[in-house]
Amino acid sequence: MHACSIRDLKKEYVLKSETVRALRGVSFDVPEGDYVAIMGPSGSGKSTLLNLLGCLDQPSGGELLLGKDNVATMTDDQLAEIRSRRIGFVFQSYNLIQQLTVVENIQVPLYYQGKLGAKERKRCVDLAARVGLQDRLSHRPTQLSGGQQQRVAIARSLVNDPYFILADEATGNLDSKTTAEILSLFNELNAEGRTIIMVTHEDEVAERAKRIIRLRDGLLQSDRLNSPESRQAAAERALALIPDPQDDEEQTPTPIPVEA
Amino acid sequence: MLWLRTLSLGVKSLLLHPLRSLLTVLGIFIGVASVIWLLAISEGISNEAQRQIESLGADTIMIRSVEPPSDKLNAQGVTPYGLKRSEYDMLVKTIPTLKTAVPIREIKRKFTHKNRTVEGRLVGCTPEYAELTRLFIDRGHFISDAENFRRDSVCVLSAEVAASLFPYEDPIGKRVDLPDHKDYYRVIGVLKPRNDSAAIGGSMAAQSFKSDLYIPIQTLQLRIGDTVVRRAGASFSGEMIELNQITLAVKSIHDVKATAALVEDALRSHDSMEDISVAVPLELLEQARTTRLMFMVFMGLVAAISLLVGGIGIMNIMLATVTERTREIGIRRALGAKQKDIVAQFLVEAAVLSVVGGITGILAGVFCKPAIVMTREFVSQTYPETMAALPDVVRNVTPAIVPESIPIAFGISLVVGVVFGLFPAIRAAQMNPIEALRHE
Ligand SMILES: Nc1ncnc2c1ncn2[C@@H]1O[C@H](COP(=O)(O)OP(=O)(O)O)[C@@H](O)[C@H]1O
Ligand SMILES: [Mg+2]
Repeated sequence: MHACSIRDLKKEYVLKSETVRALRGVSFDVPEGDYVAIMGPSGSGKSTLLNLLGCLDQPSGGELLLGKDNVATMTDDQLAEIRSRRIGFVFQSYNLIQQLTVVENIQVPLYYQGKLGAKERKRCVDLAARVGLQDRLSHRPTQLSGGQQQRVAIARSLVNDPYFILADEATGNLDSKTTAEILSLFNELNAEGRTIIMVTHEDEVAERAKRIIRLRDGLLQSDRLNSPESRQAAAERALALIPDPQDDEEQTPTPIPVEA
Repeated sequence: MLWLRTLSLGVKSLLLHPLRSLLTVLGIFIGVASVIWLLAISEGISNEAQRQIESLGADTIMIRSVEPPSDKLNAQGVTPYGLKRSEYDMLVKTIPTLKTAVPIREIKRKFTHKNRTVEGRLVGCTPEYAELTRLFIDRGHFISDAENFRRDSVCVLSAEVAASLFPYEDPIGKRVDLPDHKDYYRVIGVLKPRNDSAAIGGSMAAQSFKSDLYIPIQTLQLRIGDTVVRRAGASFSGEMIELNQITLAVKSIHDVKATAALVEDALRSHDSMEDISVAVPLELLEQARTTRLMFMVFMGLVAAISLLVGGIGIMNIMLATVTERTREIGIRRALGAKQKDIVAQFLVEAAVLSVVGGITGILAGVFCKPAIVMTREFVSQTYPETMAALPDVVRNVTPAIVPESIPIAFGISLVVGVVFGLFPAIRAAQMNPIEALRHE
């Protein structure tokens, strides 16, 4: 079973003076449980692809299947419905709602499904605990650090049991230590069977994924699997950045990883 | 349940900017309160006017002598004018629809008892006068037919005159002197206090019954006559009138207009002198009702404009809010909000603003009466002269809250919120989620 499957996917932006062809026919499948990093230079169409996968936009051509749903032919309301039921977003700038608490933020997708029961609330509390925020349940986003906010966003992306988690530069705003923490959270989630598709321009981040897809000028440049050894090595390099809880007081300066 | 959540979310969002929300609410608050206040005040004024007119009696017709324009007066001596006793007799004989008819003669005079003096109005009338003018006897009795027939020197005092001349004693049986005529009358009755009656058109001033002293009209004719001389400094002026007023009451209220027409026809001979005027309270009452309606429409319009201003305030704030929260809208859309969810969210916020303004406005509206009474009390204690200079209507008006104005004001405020909130809400919902997410 594929979490998503795209065939000859095209996206054009028609402007007054020109037509920007952001995606010019991209095809690939993402099986359930995969962990994909999408890479490519700026302007190559990464965000466009992610927006299409996230049903925030409709393709100009080609096919996009999420599970059994063909997104290409859906109305605005149907897309919203899919987003609330089957897609989890994690953004670079966290994108939490300021006036809501941690638990309420996690609950938002369920809210738009009309699910507000005690069972759902319990699920949100559990998810907050799952990302390590059991002591911050009624904090507001402004009372949290960047890493904590991103954890809330990840918990929120899990709440509707999505086809896949879409992360656009999810670690772009975080320092390397927090990045390492978030990435190991992704690894755990993937190990639990979650499908993850993330956009990144950092090789060190991409190395943690099972598979790396490169785009160039709106076309698929390469699609390769990551060897388990290089994943392991990247994970170990990252692990070195996360201090043991016992050494916390010593505040040893964390070494900056050498960029490849 | 879902709506409750939307509502609590709306309240939370509004509380992010408490001052801003408060000021927006204030706009609607003022609008709603002014609807209720303006309607209550205009209702109070028109109630007072109607009460005054009704106190004249809806079944009556009043014919009054008025001083003719100066070019119609004789150059020398005293010109007789006004209603004649013969005309009174003629009206009584020829008009079949009459129930009662009262001839009245009024003269400004001084009344004294021992060393006390009151400036007042000497009224000569028949026994029916009391019923027709809604005068009620407190002690003793009103003038009787026999006393009128015998031309007895008896008088009935208004409550106020009695209190001034006889502060410590029972006036019944005592004498009241009229120094202008070297004459005196024995008190046979004292009236209960009575409110002023309405001014009628341009022809009749509001009547006060406070300084009246009533005597039989036959007695007045015998002892004083038709000609009265007034001294003003060194010069004298005279007045020669048989009757100041004839008040007619008809048997049925349906006959009022036809009878009035008959009366005017019968008194055509006065047209050239322009020395009488006919007033029909029923017509005034009908007029007052139309005036009330117009007044209300006008006040309603003023209030509607202030609500409109409040509504524009809501729209302004909601547009600012939508722009400011573009990012939030993008997030919500990405997480599954449909366009209608976004519309609902912002509409609820606008509605909360306007309904809070509406409810507080209604509360303030309900306190209209005590507020006005208290303010009046305060002003009359601190600035008594200013208060005295104000017109009667302002001094006496008791606002009467029009019951319909409360649901109407509330409904309008809700409609204003929804109407003026709709455009910003739709604008929010139609944003492109991707662009909204990128918004800083
Ligand atoms: N809304 C838009 N309107 C017009 N052009 C756009 C729009 N969004 C993206 N593009 C263009 O499409 C191309 C791909 O953009 P994007 O997917 O954001 O690239 P990346 O995320 O890889 O940097 C770029 O040339 C960009 O200018
Ligand atoms: Mg991008």
